[in-house]
Amino acid sequence: MAILSCENLRFAYEGVTVLEDVQFSLNQGDYLCVVGENGSGKSTLIRGLLGLKRPDGGSIRYGEGLKQTEIGYLPQQTGIQRDFPASVYEVALSGCLGSLGRRLRFGAAERERALMNLERMGIEELKDRSYQALSGGQQQRVLLARALCATQKLLLLDEPVTGLDPIATGELYNLIKLVNLCDNITVIMVSHDIHEAVRYATHILHLGQRQLFFGTAAAYKESSLARRFLGGNRL
Amino acid sequence: MNALLQMLSYHFMQRALLVGVLVSLCAALLGVPLVLKRYSMIGDGLSHVGFGALAIASALHLAPLAVTVPVVAVAAVLLLRLSRNSRINGDAAIALISSSALAVGIVSVSVTTGMNTEVSSYMFGSILALSRSDALLSALLSAAVLALYLLFYPRIFAVTFDESFSRATGVRAGAYNSLIAVLTAVTVVLGMRMMGALLISSLIIFPALSAMRLCRSFRGVVSCAAALSVGCFLAGVTASYFLETPAGASVVLADLAAFAVCALLGRRRKGR
Ligand SMILES: Nc1ncnc2c1ncn2[C@@H]1O[C@H](COP(=O)(O)OP(=O)(O)OP(=O)(O)O)[C@@H](O)[C@H]1O
Ligand SMILES: [Mg+2]
Repeated sequence: MAILSCENLRFAYEGVTVLEDVQFSLNQGDYLCVVGENGSGKSTLIRGLLGLKRPDGGSIRYGEGLKQTEIGYLPQQTGIQRDFPASVYEVALSGCLGSLGRRLRFGAAERERALMNLERMGIEELKDRSYQALSGGQQQRVLLARALCATQKLLLLDEPVTGLDPIATGELYNLIKLVNLCDNITVIMVSHDIHEAVRYATHILHLGQRQLFFGTAAAYKESSLARRFLGGNRL
Repeated sequence: MNALLQMLSYHFMQRALLVGVLVSLCAALLGVPLVLKRYSMIGDGLSHVGFGALAIASALHLAPLAVTVPVVAVAAVLLLRLSRNSRINGDAAIALISSSALAVGIVSVSVTTGMNTEVSSYMFGSILALSRSDALLSALLSAAVLALYLLFYPRIFAVTFDESFSRATGVRAGAYNSLIAVLTAVTVVLGMRMMGALLISSLIIFPALSAMRLCRSFRGVVSCAAALSVGCFLAGVTASYFLETPAGASVVLADLAAFAVCALLGRRRKGR
């Protein structure tokens, strides 16, 4: 059964449609890369999947017992200010908020999960450091740990490697792939780096105000769309 | 030492100290999310609205706290909406509302009792302003503010740190923003009588700013701000008793001194 399926999805801002005809479904463990030019509606789709923006048509259905609030999310532009005082551990722990339910405080289980996810990202020794003093790559890992605290099933990542150097980028891609393979967590990632996208992803969704392509990465490589998007270079 | 004991033996001093310590605690705790979310202006706007409401309440011979608390709470939610709405200029709207409320207050006081000590005690605060029942109500309300803040601490942190993420995990961020705004409103009203309408917002802003120079974790900043706020309040009130200076202004000066020290210490640490 599909973990997520979208039917005829349409999004508009103030009456102006920015994305339509989105129709795809994913199974547990799939790795979907969403590609497309600037302004093609990638972030809008992500916000729609999270319930931060209401679809103006069509439906989003979650399967396998996944609730909309059990999605891990790594935003494209965080509203986090540069000077915000918070320790790495506090940031990761805040990802557990969804599992708090009616309880008011974090218990031992949440604390353990936060530490475990920091460890998974290889940054457990940074746990008492200040978030604002970390490098961009380290900050992204902290936010990824926070996203993992929020989910056991589905991760949504909106351009997670923006502003990282090639080494940090590669490391982050590897971490995400590792989580996808080892923990069978479904990943949906917005990416501009189409070469990396087809290397890591199992499926590709190409947007351009509407759905231009959805299918496996292998099929995408052969499509004329990919060739055009890459400016003639074959993958 | 004897002089200190004598100061503590006055009933009005006991009341002022009790309420003052509780209100300083609330102000410091709420100040941290307000400053971090760039809502400092709201505290200032609320104090002016509070002044207007207080002046009208006393002109109509109504119970001051019972009128002012709900009016300011409504204003808090309204100001929050205004400052979040990107289509109108939030800053300007808050400035307009607060100066209008101030003007309403001044006019209503001058029409009824004339511009006298009453006005100045509203503006600059007075340690004698608290009656017994006021003090009791203030203590209860500020205890409630403290309890709510501590209960919802994990959610307040999440909403302050990253609102859209916390929304995505199912936290009703709007509700917590309103909660913070209403708690701030209550705190502003309670502190206003003693600190004065023009000075109360510094009680909210200073401790948070000072603590942010020193601490790097949210929990650290919150605890440090609370300690600084209570310490500066006690120091300021004691100084005002012995030097016969106005209490509110003395507390603000103590906060300013603490800020200067924290800024120096913070810079020193960064330099290393
Ligand atoms: N809050 C908003 N109000 C009005 N229009 C918006 C809003 N957010 C996005 N849009 C419009 O919707 C369209 C899609 O935007 P979106 O952010 O989804 O693009 P994107 O594919 O994520 O682009 P990028 O690659 O630059 O991140 C754009 O034309 C944009 O102008
Ligand atoms: Mg985007």
